[in-house]
Amino acid sequence: MSVMNKLGEQAEFLDDRLTVANWGKRNLRKVFPEHWTFMFGEMALYSFIIVLLSGIYLTLWFKPSMNEVVYNGTYTPLNGIEMSEAYKSTLDISFDVRGGLLMRQIHHWGAMLFIASMTIHMMRVFFTGAFRKPREINWTIGVLLLTMGFVEGFAGYSLPDDLLSGTGLRIAEGIMLSIPVVGTYISFFAFGGEFPGDEFISRLYGIHILLIPGIILGLITAHMLIVWYQKHTQYPGKGKTNDNVVGYPFMPVYMAKAGGFFFIVFGITVFLSGVATINPIWSYGPYMPDQITAGSQPDWYMGWLEGALRAMPNWETVIAGHTISWNVFIPGAIVLGVIIQLMIIYPWLEAKVTGDKREHHLLDRPRNAPTRTAIGAMSLSFYMLLLIGGGNDVIGTQFDISINAITWFIRIGIIVIPPIVFVITKRICLSLQRADREKLMHGRETGTIMRLPHGEFIEVHAPLSENEKAVILSKTDITPLPWPEKTDADGVRDPSYKKDHRWARLSHWWYTDNIAKPTAAELATAEEHIRHSAAEGAPIIAHRASLEPEGGVLHDPAAAAAEAEEGKEPVGK
Amino acid sequence: MRRRHRAAAPMLVLLTLALIGVLYAAAGSATSAQASSDARGANAELIKQGQQLFAEGCSSCHGLGAQGGPEAPTLIGVGSAAVDFQVSTGRMPLAAPGAQAPQKPVIYNDEEIAALAAFVASLGPGPQIPTDEEINYQDADLAEGGELFRTNCSQCHNFTGEGGALSNGAYAPNLMNATPRQIYEAMLTGPENMPVFSNETLTPENKRAIIKYIQHMDEQPDYGGWGIGSLGPVTEGLFIWVIGIGLMIGAAVWIGARVR
Repeated sequence: MSVMNKLGEQAEFLDDRLTVANWGKRNLRKVFPEHWTFMFGEMALYSFIIVLLSGIYLTLWFKPSMNEVVYNGTYTPLNGIEMSEAYKSTLDISFDVRGGLLMRQIHHWGAMLFIASMTIHMMRVFFTGAFRKPREINWTIGVLLLTMGFVEGFAGYSLPDDLLSGTGLRIAEGIMLSIPVVGTYISFFAFGGEFPGDEFISRLYGIHILLIPGIILGLITAHMLIVWYQKHTQYPGKGKTNDNVVGYPFMPVYMAKAGGFFFIVFGITVFLSGVATINPIWSYGPYMPDQITAGSQPDWYMGWLEGALRAMPNWETVIAGHTISWNVFIPGAIVLGVIIQLMIIYPWLEAKVTGDKREHHLLDRPRNAPTRTAIGAMSLSFYMLLLIGGGNDVIGTQFDISINAITWFIRIGIIVIPPIVFVITKRICLSLQRADREKLMHGRETGTIMRLPHGEFIEVHAPLSENEKAVILSKTDITPLPWPEKTDADGVRDPSYKKDHRWARLSHWWYTDNIAKPTAAELATAEEHIRHSAAEGAPIIAHRASLEPEGGVLHDPAAAAAEAEEGKEPVGK
Repeated sequence: MRRRHRAAAPMLVLLTLALIGVLYAAAGSATSAQASSDARGANAELIKQGQQLFAEGCSSCHGLGAQGGPEAPTLIGVGSAAVDFQVSTGRMPLAAPGAQAPQKPVIYNDEEIAALAAFVASLGPGPQIPTDEEINYQDADLAEGGELFRTNCSQCHNFTGEGGALSNGAYAPNLMNATPRQIYEAMLTGPENMPVFSNETLTPENKRAIIKYIQHMDEQPDYGGWGIGSLGPVTEGLFIWVIGIGLMIGAAVWIGARVR
């Protein structure tokens, strides 16, 4: 009691000065829905915090300088070798700073987890349609966060100035050079002259520890404020509608859960960093422009771009003595740019095609938006193929496949496989919709076969639970965009007819083969039918319940008791 | 005065020349035979044995005289180092033609390999099997070896010598199982796609430094924990997705489970 009084005093102290009582009451009791997939974003947030904290530790020792020094230190295989101060200080962090190697590995594994968590978070948001109105802006912020994550990760990968870093930067320079007309100028501007120069590491350092983390922090803040303000989406279920949020209050349930989850994420990251090596820079050696290693790869999140670069045919155009390197420019610059832009505009594009301008707070089940789900699966297959292509040499040696064969598989595969994935995914979604409709019309299959007095066999169906029914009925009713009229009532030609017609055609394609939700009348009839069927099957269900096996094995309780009395092992235990 | 036949003078010159020639040849062969008599005496048996083994195991592709064939190169002048490398690593004899000769269990014992090497070496001069002294890398410079390794070897064999892919199914093999002698011989003879690093390109001392570095990479502990195959970011990415995200999702499902 006295603790509560103390707390009360504290609260009053704050309220008297900041008048936060009302604000606190409103926000601390805010309700959030419950689902494990809602924790992916939290995973990303927490890994970002971990990366931030471990990064601060690293800045205490890292020297972002390309000055040449000679190493004479703990790691003897590099003694007497010339290297940049950046690389030397990274070696010192790894071998001489207490906890330095662990911190480096926490920083790097944490960064990989950060981007991986953002990726699965984004997949969850996409496949459940959480990006729909009114959350398009937050989706855009999410795409920007992911992009910033790529840039930030790449900058971090480049800073230690080891052999991999330099190789990655060389590719970045190549991509800059491939930009027509201005490429050379951009490269000279970025590197302060010819690659590698002696400026770039210190420039990149400022970007890596100040600029991009600042942008990411700002975007995360906006992202979370918007989630708070707009309320979280929820999965369909009994009692869940577009106008309510069913779940638990922020305080105390989510404060405890989120706080606990932070420590779990922290623990997993430290565990991974303690048991598994990441980026053993001492093995790579310092970057020298005349050296390279087999198996040079970017971190996984850049792997798909590496794959695009490796799969691209060697196309070049020479115009008036100037070479345009399509072989680098297309995969290195255009692919990334186009895909990010497509991701940003997707919510508006979908709304335009579906004509759906309503607000959505209830999530879609992926099967109920077959075309979107198919587009998502198709994109993932495209991404995965490029990712495989990025590791073609490692896959080649590990699985004994010719690297040329892999490259050709990727070249053809990225054109042929995604459409196949699209069709298969869409058909699976439609089948699931059909199964749902079946359930609504006839009830749930019990797996119990009953023989009627006149010899007919029927399967007994049971009515759906209220929750199950609510989930299936959450499918939103849809109508494709109307076909436009060529002329209006007065016979005046509609100038936008052609454009509207194209959108309408796209819209009809989007809704092809949609399985209609049963009408109210159909549902009422179905309800009657299910009740009848359940009543018919009730005796056998009751009979089966009386025989219900215990512990998964049929046994007779009386016999078991008798045997136990005799001191024997009971049957089925 | 009895008249000499008119061919007598030229005949005399010819006979004299022939006699001198025969004498010279005899004396010459006598001296050279004396000089290499030890080696020949010891080697003759070995070469004979090697020829026998070659005829049985190698000649179907390389030809009875090791002159080569449509599928196999000539072995005249490749030297004993190449034979020792190819046979002692199990690459030869080849089981089937392919992108590259794979390593297999070695089917000849040391003596037989020496015999084969001696036979091929007898066909023409070439790089010799390095002596124990030549491959004694204990005093070599480790850091220099690392520098040379990164400049000359890692582009194909990967930064820790784990190997890497080459075009059309060929590959640079993993160096971790190679003996110092095999590494030395490989540099000397340039098997498969590997370039020859002659003693002018990489001095014997350089070669020993590289061997020392490779041996060191093999013995060096994984300072950061499990190395995930030392294959670079590809396996790291696989690890974070399977283990990292796997554990995270497990925790999320656990925490996010409905409160009952």
